[in-house]
Amino acid sequence: MIYFFSAVVVTYLFWIILSGHYTVVLMIIGAISSISVVIIASRMAAIDREGHPIYLLIRAGWYWPWLIWQIIKSGLNVSRIILSRSLPISPTLINVKANQKTVVGIVTYANSITLTPGTISVEIEDRDITVHAITLEGALDVQSGEMDRMVVKFEGLSSA
Amino acid sequence: MEAIINLLSWLFLLSGGLFCITGMIGLIRFPDLFTRLHGASVTDTLGAGFIVIGLILQSGFTLVTAKLIIIMGLILLTSPVATHALAQAALHAGILPKLDNDETGGHIAGEDE
Repeated sequence: MIYFFSAVVVTYLFWIILSGHYTVVLMIIGAISSISVVIIASRMAAIDREGHPIYLLIRAGWYWPWLIWQIIKSGLNVSRIILSRSLPISPTLINVKANQKTVVGIVTYANSITLTPGTISVEIEDRDITVHAITLEGALDVQSGEMDRMVVKFEGLSSA
Repeated sequence: MEAIINLLSWLFLLSGGLFCITGMIGLIRFPDLFTRLHGASVTDTLGAGFIVIGLILQSGFTLVTAKLIIIMGLILLTSPVATHALAQAALHAGILPKLDNDETGGHIAGEDE
C-alpha cells in the first residue's frame, strides 16, 4: 500500500514538472490521471518493491555521484584510446560474479558496468555476468570487484 | 556573474560536442561490433551529459532544468539497456568478438556447458 501512495506522488510530481501550469483544472486532471495510471499499473502487479524501488532513492544520493565519477574517469580513458594514433586496445571477455541479493541489485550492477565506457555486460545468467572490456586493464578493474561491493552497499542489507 | 555562467556553460557545451565527435571517431576506427559499442557509449554518457549540464547552466533555476534532469536520467537508464540488448543479440546471432585475451575459459554465461 505504501508503494501505491509513493507511486501516485511520484507520477503526480512528474505531471506537474512536465505541465508547468498550476490552474485548478489541470491540477485536478493531473491527480485523476496519475491515480488511474497507478491503479492500472498495480493491476499489472508492477507496483511493488521490485517495480517501484523508491527505498533506493536515499542511497542513490551517494551511489550516483560515485557512478558519475567512474563514468567520467573511464570515459576520458576511452577517449584517449580513440584519439591516440596507435589505437592501443586489447579486447577482453571475462566472467565476473555478482554478489547482490535482489534482482534489482543485479540489474543495477550490470547496467552500471555497461554505463561506464570501456566495459559492456554482454550476458547474464543467475550470478554470472560476462563482460566485454576494451582493454585488459578495464577487465581486471571490473574483476577487482570495487563496483560490485558498492552496489551491494547500495541495495542495502534490508533486502531479505 | 552572468558572464561567468555563460562561459562555463559554453565550456560544457563545447566539451560535450567534442566527446560526441570522439565517440563517432571511435565508432569508425574500432575493428568490430563489440569494440564499436564502447565508442558509442562515450557519446551516450559524456557527450550527452556535458551538453545537458551546459544547457542547465543556460536555463538556471527553472522548470526547464527539472525537465533536463529528467531527460538525463532517461538517457542514463535506457542507454545501457539498449547497449546490452545489442551486444547480447549479436552474441546470440553468432557474431564472436575479436579478442586479445579470453579470460572466460570458453564459458559464456547463459550458455550450456
